[in-house]
Amino acid sequence: MRQLIKDNQIISDTWTILTKEECAETIPAGNVLVPVKVWLANHEALVNRQDIGIWFEGDDEPEKIGAELTRFPVIAVNFPKFADGRGYSIARLIKERYQFTGELRAIGDVLRDQLYFLQRCGFNSFQVRADRIDESAIESFKDFSTVYQAAADETPALFHKR
Amino acid sequence: MYKYDEHDQTIVNERVRQFKGQTDRYLKGELSDEEFLALRLQNGLYIQRLAPMLRIAVPYGMLNSTQVRKLAELCRKYDKGYAHFTTRQNVQFNWPKLEDVPSILSELASVEMHAIQTSGNCIRNTTTDQFAGAIADEVTDPRPYCEIIRQWSTFHPEFAFLPRKFKIAVNSVPNNDRAATLVHDIGVQLVKDANGNVSYDIYAGGGLGRTPMVASLIRKQLPELDLLTYLEAILRVYNRYGRRDNKYKARIKILVKAMTPEVFAAKVDEEWAHIKASSNRLTSAEISRVKAFFVDPAYETLDNNPAELTAALANNKAFSRWYERNTDTHKKPGYRLVTLTMKKLGTPPGDVSDRQLEAIAELADQYSFGEVRVTHNQNVVLADVKQSDLFALWEKAYEQGFATPVLGMLTDIICCPGGDYCSLANAKSIPVAEQIQAKFDDLDYVYDIGELELNISGCMNACGHHHVGHIGILGVDKKGAEFYQVSLGGSSGKIAGHTDTDIGKILGPSFARADMPEVIEKLITVYTENRTEEELFIDTYRRIGIDPFKERVYAPAH
Ligand code: SF4
Repeated sequence: MRQLIKDNQIISDTWTILTKEECAETIPAGNVLVPVKVWLANHEALVNRQDIGIWFEGDDEPEKIGAELTRFPVIAVNFPKFADGRGYSIARLIKERYQFTGELRAIGDVLRDQLYFLQRCGFNSFQVRADRIDESAIESFKDFSTVYQAAADETPALFHKR
Repeated sequence: MYKYDEHDQTIVNERVRQFKGQTDRYLKGELSDEEFLALRLQNGLYIQRLAPMLRIAVPYGMLNSTQVRKLAELCRKYDKGYAHFTTRQNVQFNWPKLEDVPSILSELASVEMHAIQTSGNCIRNTTTDQFAGAIADEVTDPRPYCEIIRQWSTFHPEFAFLPRKFKIAVNSVPNNDRAATLVHDIGVQLVKDANGNVSYDIYAGGGLGRTPMVASLIRKQLPELDLLTYLEAILRVYNRYGRRDNKYKARIKILVKAMTPEVFAAKVDEEWAHIKASSNRLTSAEISRVKAFFVDPAYETLDNNPAELTAALANNKAFSRWYERNTDTHKKPGYRLVTLTMKKLGTPPGDVSDRQLEAIAELADQYSFGEVRVTHNQNVVLADVKQSDLFALWEKAYEQGFATPVLGMLTDIICCPGGDYCSLANAKSIPVAEQIQAKFDDLDYVYDIGELELNISGCMNACGHHHVGHIGILGVDKKGAEFYQVSLGGSSGKIAGHTDTDIGKILGPSFARADMPEVIEKLITVYTENRTEEELFIDTYRRIGIDPFKERVYAPAH
């Protein structure tokens, strides 16, 4: 089973991420994450299932799902390339505007050196590339002990303390 | 000047440690080239044509003499003994070794300096007027606001991977825009509202590069405490909707244009409504805290035009020429703003040796409260010089080659590093600047021509701001050979009425390097033949248009 960093620990992943193609016929039972576009297109059929989460592409808009976001146990955001930073904004919206409290997971090209920023934007789970996942990656959550600005991690802006 | 407290110092120290770890992992082969690229770029480290290039942040151009001495020491120790002032009010080392970079950063941290976000697709150094705080006509000192923006943008977790680099400039003078704010991704113009409170007019979507554009006003009189939350809303809209499929279309200017400024502004407002009251909303206490670092130095009570000065002006032509050109009116009687030019014939614009850096530090300590400012014209300003000291300062500056009295004139060229240093270049730019400086070495002639901005970039990235030069020169590649395209009528001008920032028009087919001095000479001749008494080059151009210039330059030889 695939490994995952969640809440500062390496654990085994119990969720399966489905692509759009894999959702074409039926959506299997069990913990699955489906693309946002699939969720929106099959809303009626899926709305009563509790074993479903969703995953965002960079062009998906949290606004389209709105308050219903809080119903999911897991929401993932995909980083097709680490240099594509749209997911950081998407995460903050999910977390701050829509008050999502479940597992918010970064997937795709997720590398150790992005973890610190990802965490500040509200992610608490990280599907680090399989060849790069180890205990030392967890160290990077401690890269900085002070930050200037407020984000999704509830640290207030530094100036309030000065 | 801003001084670090324990928080600022901790952040910079932790960055040094983090980057050292990343470099170690890279050198051990645990990070791929591509992964390391994104990390080193966030730290101002490029691998250039000849060697790595390290860009060091000089927030809004301010340096104290200790920092200048440290730069001198570092370029002696780790580089070839010189540094380069960029057109972004930063400093570059052109030859450091990759394995030395962590040590360089740690030495910089010891004098409250860093290389954070000096490159990469993130929020870059905020720039402002090099005369800030020392002139009478500003709304308020812009530097505290720049520092506030610097802190907010430093390691902003949401905006480390934007579609493209992002530059913010702040201006505080109503009718003069020395910071060229309207060709920035965001331009912040400090204004007073009807009740006399500080507020901001926010412009977005300006920029140079391949598709030059002047920024649009998207918010009038934003209240003082709302600066950061509003900037955050702009950045969020850009981060989500800016194009990522084509790097030439990825700047915010393309998004603002595609959406139209009105729709873009509405989208920002919508976003802002949600985050207006967040923890990032400024407090008056924070603004006062930062402002306290930018109070006046211990000025003496003096009169203008002391006897020493008037005598020296009367007796020494070279000095009076320099005084006219390279010094400016100060807000305090008895003081002057002095610009030291880094544009001596025979050295690339903006290049300074370790000894010259030490000389600058010395002059700053002796004559200007130990502080200097780097300008986007690649010069250095001593902001608070006593008029009675000017002659002595001039003599010393002259010896160092800092007193070429051409400020704002044809030979005060803005020039990017170009093909000599930069791997993105289409053509060399420094030799063109040198050829032009050599052609126009007669000072009387340069004076007769009057103020004229000539800007050179080695490629479309426009680091030399060629689009806003009265004469702009752009290096282009024509079937593998270096050619130069000339544009006329650009201006980084004034903000009033929003009209004086202009993008230059292309003159016509490009020229070989050897022809450039003659081309420039022809352009100047058209001007001198057509000008009226009071017209500068740009005025004549605006009156007579591009055609007479075109005809002269492209006329078949007899
Ligand atoms: S304009 Fe082009 S050549 Fe000049 S420094 Fe910038 S990227 Fe390099």
